[in-house]
Order: sequence, then structure tokens, then C-alpha cells
Amino acid sequence: MAEFLQHCVNALVLGGTYALLGIGLTLIFGIMRVVNFTHGELYTFGAYMAFVLGSLLGLDFFLSLLLAATLGVALGAVIEFVLLRPLKGADIDTTMLVMIGAGIAMQASEQLTWGGVAKMVPHPFPPDPLVFGPVAVAPVRLFVLGVAVALLVAFYLLINRTRLGVAMRATFQDPDTAALMGVNKGLMYTLTFAIGSGLAAIAGALLAPIFLVYPTMGDLVSLKAFAIVILGGLGNIAGASIGGFVLAFVEEFGAGYLSSGYRDAMGFLLIIAVLILRPQGLFAAKERIG
Amino acid sequence: MTTDRMTTDRMTGPLLGWLFVLVMAVGPLWFGDLYVLHVLTSTGIFIIGAMSLNLLLGYTGQLSLGHIAFFGIGAYTSALLALGFDLDLGGSEPVVFGPKPVWVAFLGGILVAAFFGFLIGKLAFRVRGAYFVIVTISFAQVARMVALNWVDLTEGPMALSGIPPLSVWLPGQGVVPLYAKEYNYLIVLAVAVISFLVIQRLVDSRVGRAFVALRENEPLARSVGIDVTRYLVVATVIAAGMAGAAGGLYTHYIRIVDPDVFLFIYTVTMVIMVLTGGKGTLAGPVVGGLLFGIMPELLREVARPEVQWIVYGVAMIVVVFFVPRGIVPAVGGLWARTVAKRERPASATLVAGKETSA
Repeated sequence: MAEFLQHCVNALVLGGTYALLGIGLTLIFGIMRVVNFTHGELYTFGAYMAFVLGSLLGLDFFLSLLLAATLGVALGAVIEFVLLRPLKGADIDTTMLVMIGAGIAMQASEQLTWGGVAKMVPHPFPPDPLVFGPVAVAPVRLFVLGVAVALLVAFYLLINRTRLGVAMRATFQDPDTAALMGVNKGLMYTLTFAIGSGLAAIAGALLAPIFLVYPTMGDLVSLKAFAIVILGGLGNIAGASIGGFVLAFVEEFGAGYLSSGYRDAMGFLLIIAVLILRPQGLFAAKERIG
Repeated sequence: MTTDRMTTDRMTGPLLGWLFVLVMAVGPLWFGDLYVLHVLTSTGIFIIGAMSLNLLLGYTGQLSLGHIAFFGIGAYTSALLALGFDLDLGGSEPVVFGPKPVWVAFLGGILVAAFFGFLIGKLAFRVRGAYFVIVTISFAQVARMVALNWVDLTEGPMALSGIPPLSVWLPGQGVVPLYAKEYNYLIVLAVAVISFLVIQRLVDSRVGRAFVALRENEPLARSVGIDVTRYLVVATVIAAGMAGAAGGLYTHYIRIVDPDVFLFIYTVTMVIMVLTGGKGTLAGPVVGGLLFGIMPELLREVARPEVQWIVYGVAMIVVVFFVPRGIVPAVGGLWARTVAKRERPASATLVAGKETSA
């Protein structure tokens, strides 16, 4: 029982960041119809920025998180502006190939800049785990979960309660009609990509002090984000949040009770299963947003 | 006039092709540099992979991003059959498979890869577009995880080594293993030519026209009675088998295989080769393959491998932006326009228009 609860806690912590990655990717797909292969690289970028700001420049941990997220938003906006805007109206395969090219170039640049040796990011939390009855959890992990949940809530409010959210949902449903109603379509696309990228970057920055930072860390993450998005249904934000937690639970329990070597394969087996049994995703009747 | 040109094309095309094969067969051997030979052998193996990917990507229009899985499965199967292996199926005694002759192993690799192509084709074509892409990527990832973790069978990260080379039976001498690079190069060239001819025959046939019909307009193809799923499965099986053959050649040439053969970056390399050369053209993967097979070797002198990947990534973007149809159609279009201009200046636009619609 203790072991079971411990797995649950671990899965919750992991699930929070998975959900952040998932909603960023699904937002971009839902609104822009772009399968974003740079998502994992934005995650890596966020982690390296946390390393540069927190470790090399010695900035405050919380400030460096904030700055890493901001830089992620900025980089996302640049990618959208330079690579995707000129391709407006191109089919999904074309944008996908451009994004793959961009992802490879970004990863190789990281490798070139930082070398293959993994980096560590310091954090100000006490190293001793907090013990709640049978389960123990490191304070930094609790912090990560707290920030992730706060961001999920903030994102939900942004989409459902603000004028910007209304404009984004309108663009998702019908870009042309939204444009006729005075929504700046180009701006919506740039914002969407920037916000999605920022979420990936902050997920990377949050996990940086827990895991190591290395250039290829985005590879698996990219694919896991796809798994999460498929679980929830492409373009379904609530589905992606739940999908993030589902994947984390499947991985954690699969690794704990079945085989730890196949931990990272669980997600892929899960999406292959989902696509065979329920291709529209677990939580959606059809593609939707909000 | 146009028909005249087409008949001359039909004559000169194969002639040029066979001339190219002859040059490739004699040239490098005459040149005799082992390093050049090695580069060309690896390039040839990748070209076979790229040609098989082109069948899916170019002719049926399905973006399969797990193609390296078939290559890796072919490589592993061929290596295991040639080495012999035990399989613990839960009985008291593990089932022992003794070492098989290399060519039997090679054939086995093709068949197993084709079988997985059949499975993936059946599963994946229930979903299209972005979903299909992600299923194929996931498939390659799962294959890599299995290769890493099924240590009893695959040796995991320690890699399978000591794989026998391809061999030949000679009267009087029996079975002679072919260690020398020259023989491996010629075998790769031969398999590449056979693959090319198979694809050529296929796309010229009814089946090939069905593929193109699917790519251009799937609902229309369906409405005239083309069994979409069946043809897509056929394409995947053939493409997977061919990629498996490339994997087999790789495994018996390099003679060591580890889970990294399943890396996504190798799929991307093949995709870049097909796109740059021209998807949906016969010569495209060959041109793109030669370009991206040889370029890294030239870059190696002046730049680190990371720079090579940056060049790959940027090349991919540049191709999509500026030569979206690839080099072969672009050069072909240019050539046709020049010829047309020389022969009949007035109808130049007409011929150019025909080229773009083809």
C-alpha cells in the first residue's frame, strides 16, 4: 500500500509537467494545424536557460524560472514569425517538415553550444524529503507540482474567461469568420505559438533541478507530448491536461510493477492502443478546444 | 513534337540510367580508395532505404516517420538468424535456433520487416494525417525500446557483434565469406538496382496508378472503386521489405548492430534525401541520397558533426521553402522548358504548364 501511494505521488508530480507540455502542443495543433516538432527543443531551451540564469549567472531561482519562460515565449514568437507565417495556407505535411528541420537544427545548436555533458541546476529547497505517513516527497517536487497546477488553472482561465481566450477559440472554430469579426488572425497565430512554446520552456525549467540538463533531453519529451495530445484528442486542452496525468500514472505504475526498462515505451504502447481502439482520443467526441 | 520528345526521353532515360550504373560499378573500384568505397557503400544502403520510403512518401503521399524501424528490424533479424539465438517461450527448455546461412538470414530479415509493414499498414491506415505520423514514430520508438531491453535476445546496448559477412558459393571452394569492401559495394549496388527496377515496374503498373490516385484525391479514388486500405497495405509491405533488405545489407557489412539503428535522426535523413531529390520521382531518392550521403563526409573535414546536423535541418527548411518539389522535378522542368524554347518558342508556356500539372 505504501508503495502504491508513493507511486501515486511520483506520478502526480510528473503528470503536472506532462500536462503543461501537452496543453502547449495541443493548443498549437488545435488553432494552427501545425504538428510542432520544435516543442521538445523549447523544453530543452527552457532547461538550459534555467541553467544559464540560475547556475552561471547566479540569479535567484524563482526569477530565473520566470525569465526562462519569458525567453521561451520570445523564441516561440520568433519561430512562428520567421518559419510559419510565410507558409500560411501550406498543408500539414509541409509545416511538419519545416518544424522537423527547425527541431534538428535547434538540437544540434544546443549540442554545439553546451557539449554532451549533462548540467545540474541548483535549487533553494531543502534536500530532505517531507514525510507524510507512508510517502515521502522532496520539497522541490512539491513546488514543481504546485507551479504546474497553478499554470494549468491560469491557462484554463485565459482560454475561457478573457477576451483573448474568446478570440483564440473563435480562431480555432473558424479563422475566416473570426477575422471578419475583427480578430487579428496573424497575431492570434503568433500568440498561440508563443504561449505554447512558453509552456514547454517553463516545463523544462521546472524539471531542470530535478533531472539533468542535456542536449537530447527534448527527444523523448517531444514524443511523450504527442502521446499526451493523442490521449486527449488533438486540439482538446482539457483532454491534454488529463492525458498528461494519465501518461504519468501509466509510466509510473508500468515501471513500478511491470518493467522499469520499458518505462518510456509505455506511453507509445498506450497511444498505439488508443489509436486502434478510440482514434478520436479518450476524452473527446470530436476535436474541440476549451 | 511533344510525343517525339517523350519517345526520345523513353529511350535516353534508361540508357542514361544504365550508364550511371556502369560508371558506379566500375569507377570506384578502378579508383580503388577504400575510404571512398566505404562512403559509397553506406550511401548506397541509405539510398535503398530512401527509395523504399519514397514509395510511401512520394507515391502514396503518406508521411511515414518510423521508417527506420523496418530497417532496424531487418538488420536485427538478419543478424540474429545468421548468428543463431535462443528464444525463451515460457517452456522448460528455450527454443534454440541454430545459425542459418547468411543469405537465408538476409531473406528472413526482409520477410520479418515486411510482416511488420503489414501490421503497421493494417493498424496505421485506420488513422491518417498527423495521427499516422505519430503512430509510425511511436512504432520506431517501441522497436528501439525492445532492442534496448530484450537483452537475452538482442544483447541490449552491448550490441550484437561478430555478425558474419555476406558470402558467395563458388564451385570447388564452397561458401566463401566476402569480407572485402569491393564485394560489399557491388552487392549493395546490385540490390539498389533491383530495388529501383522493382519500384519502377510497380509505379508503372495498375497498382502504381492506384497509389497516385490515392495521393491526389482519396475520396475520388475510393469512388471509382480503388480499395484504399488494401493498396496502402501493399505499399507499406513492399516499402518495409525493401527497408529490411537495406538493414540486412547494413548489418552484414558493418557486422555489428546496436539499438541506435532505430534513432529518429536516421528516418529524418531518409526523409531529407527523398524530399531534396524529389518525392514521387524514380531518380529523386538516388540524387538526394548521393547528395546527403556524400556531403557529411566532405563536411567532416571542416566541421563538427553537430554542424552537419544543423546543415541538415536548415537544408530541410530551405528545400521546403524554395524547391518544394525537389531537385529532380525542378531540373527536369528547367530542361523541358529550355528544349521547348529552342524547338518551338511560341508554345513554351504550354509545355511548362503541362510539366507542372504532371
